[in-house]
Amino acid sequence: MRRGADVAAVTGASFDLDAGQCLALVGESGCGKSVLASALLGLLPGNARATGTATVRTGADATVRTTGRGGGAETDSGPATARPAGSAAARLRPGLRSHTRPSPRNAPGVPDVLDLLAADEETLARRVRGRLVGLVPQSPAAHLTPVRTVRSQLEETVRELCAPARQDLRAAAEAAAGRAAFPADHLDHYPHQLSGGLAQRAALALALVGDAPVLLADEPTTGLDRDLVNRTADELRRHADSGRAVLLVTHDLVAAERTADRVAVMYAGRIVELSDARDFFGTPGPRHPYAAGLLDALPTRAFRTIPGTPPELGSLPAGCAFAPRCHRATDTCTTTLPAPPAPTGGAACHHPLEPAPATPASAAPGPASITSPTPPAPVPLPAPASARPAAHTGPAGPAHPDPTEAAADA
Amino acid sequence: MLELRRITAGYDRRAPVLRGVSLDIAPGEAVGLLGPSGCGKSTLARVAALLHRPDSGEVVVDGTPARGWRHRAPREQRTAFGVVFQQPRLSTDPRLTLAAAVAEPLRATGRRAEAGSRTAELAEAVGLTPDLLTRRPHEVSDGQLQRACLARALALRPRWLVCDEMTAMLDASTTAALVGVVEDYRRQTGAGLLAVGHDRDLLERWCDRTVTLESLTAPPGGPRSPVAGR
Repeated sequence: MRRGADVAAVTGASFDLDAGQCLALVGESGCGKSVLASALLGLLPGNARATGTATVRTGADATVRTTGRGGGAETDSGPATARPAGSAAARLRPGLRSHTRPSPRNAPGVPDVLDLLAADEETLARRVRGRLVGLVPQSPAAHLTPVRTVRSQLEETVRELCAPARQDLRAAAEAAAGRAAFPADHLDHYPHQLSGGLAQRAALALALVGDAPVLLADEPTTGLDRDLVNRTADELRRHADSGRAVLLVTHDLVAAERTADRVAVMYAGRIVELSDARDFFGTPGPRHPYAAGLLDALPTRAFRTIPGTPPELGSLPAGCAFAPRCHRATDTCTTTLPAPPAPTGGAACHHPLEPAPATPASAAPGPASITSPTPPAPVPLPAPASARPAAHTGPAGPAHPDPTEAAADA
Repeated sequence: MLELRRITAGYDRRAPVLRGVSLDIAPGEAVGLLGPSGCGKSTLARVAALLHRPDSGEVVVDGTPARGWRHRAPREQRTAFGVVFQQPRLSTDPRLTLAAAVAEPLRATGRRAEAGSRTAELAEAVGLTPDLLTRRPHEVSDGQLQRACLARALALRPRWLVCDEMTAMLDASTTAALVGVVEDYRRQTGAGLLAVGHDRDLLERWCDRTVTLESLTAPPGGPRSPVAGR
């Protein structure tokens, strides 16, 4: 990173997240997902700036009281800048507009509407972190204090957030561990004595202590094996089902598919597609070519990488940041920035992929698909097992991104 | 041919992680080793790459039994392996630029002269721009750093590649890209591959065959006791 330069790590990100919903924020590493998440908790580095609004709504009448930007049309407020370590600066306008069930414990102290980005450190420390927004961190083993047992850390959190009577503390901490399925006989272990899965559950237990209406999970499944990924994903899903709003920041599309109601795809600091998760992962499929490419990279699908690499956030091209890697790009794409997706859903693209037709007949490869490239994504991809044509003995895909290949596979 | 014969290995002689594990990898073959966290698959990968001395058993590399391990391994055997680990941040020196990290194996084997050209060639193969090569690990993303780690593993043109959860920290597109780089290299050189991971979908797509530790363990040992914790 170059010294002294402002880098917009996140720009103009807007979305709504309702109680009982899980929104998955997905994208390649370095696209700004974690900066956005950190901004919501005031955990950005000191030289970062964030502008915009991130409203958390609590209180019984919350759902009724929508403001002028109700429905999430947060086209919004001033740009937000975050400036992560070293130099970066993010421009973000998150609209985490979350109306949620009132939490009896929180209700008295917290105003009905709280702007996380405008809140001062005192408010963040006393009202937001752990109480209003719980954090499930990336790499839980590193997040836990290494020199204290899990029990000690849980008891401290319970004491701070719930203030139980002294004699109830032990039981309350054990109950908190139980909620995250952390085994009671491991409570006296130190973090380094825990497996990755148990450390994950310890971190989840800590995040759940405050019964926060919003749960923010930042890459909670990185480095876990598939069983643990599934278990963590299912646990997050359960918390959404119990009325919390869950923001899942992840690059693991499989976990996102398992957990999320809605998907927001980020690329180079911007949200490029917002979609219903079922539409996104099933049919009609993603509409932004980048989102389609991301799905196509899954080993259960085409296993084909997106050509090129993500741009430097400090030197984004004019127009659409994805244009240099996009097979659908035209002159318009290199000069004009597409409009961001509406909070109800959509793609920030001049040439979005059209939903797949009911019959795959049009997918037949032919000269026509060369003059007007057939989008690889909307072709309904076969089930994982059958998705592996005999011809593919290896990942021949990555080297030859051929838009007609997916059609041939189907 | 890479042969692992009745390997018993671990970190405490009284409680080995692996007991009597045998695995053969033919030249040019890609074998995926599947298993949950903590089952010992990384230990087997380390033994195979001559990075961990087994308590008993034998590793035969292209017909020559391994006699030394880690820095005691003869250079000819040591440099026959390229290894990529799961966490690029823990496997790169934070003080080195990516270019220096990629060139380190060349410098360590007295081939400094070709470091410049070979680094440029490798950087292009793994998709690192010249600008990225001048940075240090904290200035790049996990995906970019892992690309550098893969370039470093390929620097000495190893005959065997060991990828221990190479893509566990990475997104789908970077995963597909790195696997593509490995496969391109193997196509050019005929190198064999041991890929360790827990993602069945990925390894079945990537490798010629997949195995689990149970399937490699000799029957007389009986069922292995589960490993508690880590």
